[in-house]
Amino acid sequence: MGIYLDNAATTMQKPDCVIEAVISAMRHMGNSGRGAHEASLDASRVIFEARERLSGLFGLGNPAQVAFTSNSTEALNTAILGLFSPSDHIITTVMEHNSVLRPLYRLQAQGARISFVPCDDKGRLRTDLLETFLGPDTKALICTHASNLTGNANDLTFLGEFCRKHSLLFVVDASQTAGVLPVDMKKQHIDVLCFTGHKGLYGPQGTGGICVREGLFIRPLKSGGSGVHTYLKEHPAQMPTALEAGTLNGHGIAGLHAALGFIRETGPETIHKKEIALMRQFLEGIKEIPDIRLYGDYDTDERAAVVALNIGGYDSSEVSDELAVTYEIYTRPGAHCAPLMHQSMNTVEQGMVRFSFSWFNTEKEVETAVRALCELAKG
Amino acid sequence: MRKKEWKAIITFRTTSDAMAFEKKCKEHTIPGRMIPVPREISAGCGLAWSAPLEERVRMEEFLQSQSTAFEAITELLF
Repeated sequence: MGIYLDNAATTMQKPDCVIEAVISAMRHMGNSGRGAHEASLDASRVIFEARERLSGLFGLGNPAQVAFTSNSTEALNTAILGLFSPSDHIITTVMEHNSVLRPLYRLQAQGARISFVPCDDKGRLRTDLLETFLGPDTKALICTHASNLTGNANDLTFLGEFCRKHSLLFVVDASQTAGVLPVDMKKQHIDVLCFTGHKGLYGPQGTGGICVREGLFIRPLKSGGSGVHTYLKEHPAQMPTALEAGTLNGHGIAGLHAALGFIRETGPETIHKKEIALMRQFLEGIKEIPDIRLYGDYDTDERAAVVALNIGGYDSSEVSDELAVTYEIYTRPGAHCAPLMHQSMNTVEQGMVRFSFSWFNTEKEVETAVRALCELAKG
Repeated sequence: MRKKEWKAIITFRTTSDAMAFEKKCKEHTIPGRMIPVPREISAGCGLAWSAPLEERVRMEEFLQSQSTAFEAITELLF
């Protein structure tokens, strides 16, 4: 197997307990909330405990306010299209992924006003400009916790305080940080937190969710089977059922449940420290290579363990392909579904080669990646 | 970096189309491999099939015979 350094796309290597939990669930798990027999209850119990673990991890304070989705994109669509209307003004940032931007563009096409907070030349959010975007119709700030491209993290405490001060809803995309950087929804005044299960949480793909502050109502995107109130014509409004029409991905959530156990036992701080150490080793190794251009702010460790770079004028696709074919090192080139960030960094044409590190990477793998880049940079 | 060679690059509208094409190529021992879409063709996310240029005619015939969904064939140094 090659050296997998594309963990910002998905953490391919999972803890054994996650794999075992999925297999076990596929052998004995019924459909959660459909019936009261042991097979169904098995599913309900594991899923509920996963809600408890997520609620605890994110400082939400109520497991019932965690609704499962298939990924961050579904969670973000649910939040954006279920909270806002065409008469609203929403502030967001150029750091966002298309999973935020595209639902917002849909709202924009219906009449909503969207403002984009820019970044500086290191990809850091210009929070000094935030107030200039405020208007009487401003309803919310929607913001990623960390850029999937540069790894730069935003200060949720500062942004949450800004939202509280100006009575804005605060919607956070934690796709790149859940399980690694600390989040406290209550302390940081976060109204909605969207996460995916298959990145820093080390769960299976097809898992994710939306954490909703108590008292906040989101219009559901879907309605249908819920296992309760069968004779009602409307989908039940109680969380989490309100946002969970249809059978849940119980097998995947069982894996996520185990992954959350792994994270709790290991400690997000320990995981983050190791990932950042690998990132630092990589940066140290490549710093003398001529013609390497880095994108992002690497002066702080309060970031995701991502390094985005280019070698001279080489197409990022060409570099990434060479790394894959010659060295079996797997990275991500191109645009990373982050169009505004690339525009901001003037890399629309060239793209960037993104290296992203996980708990399961090793120092030896980083050494190999550094050597490969040294060779490639020689031409 | 490797020396660039002329290639016939086939692009697709969706990853699903690309995977369907790769599967058919494997079944019929058609030469080539999946690569990230080069910037000359598109700056966005995506996959492309890269085959030696001398295989272009064969690729076109194959695409036609299989009624395969694809976007375009481009000749490129890659």
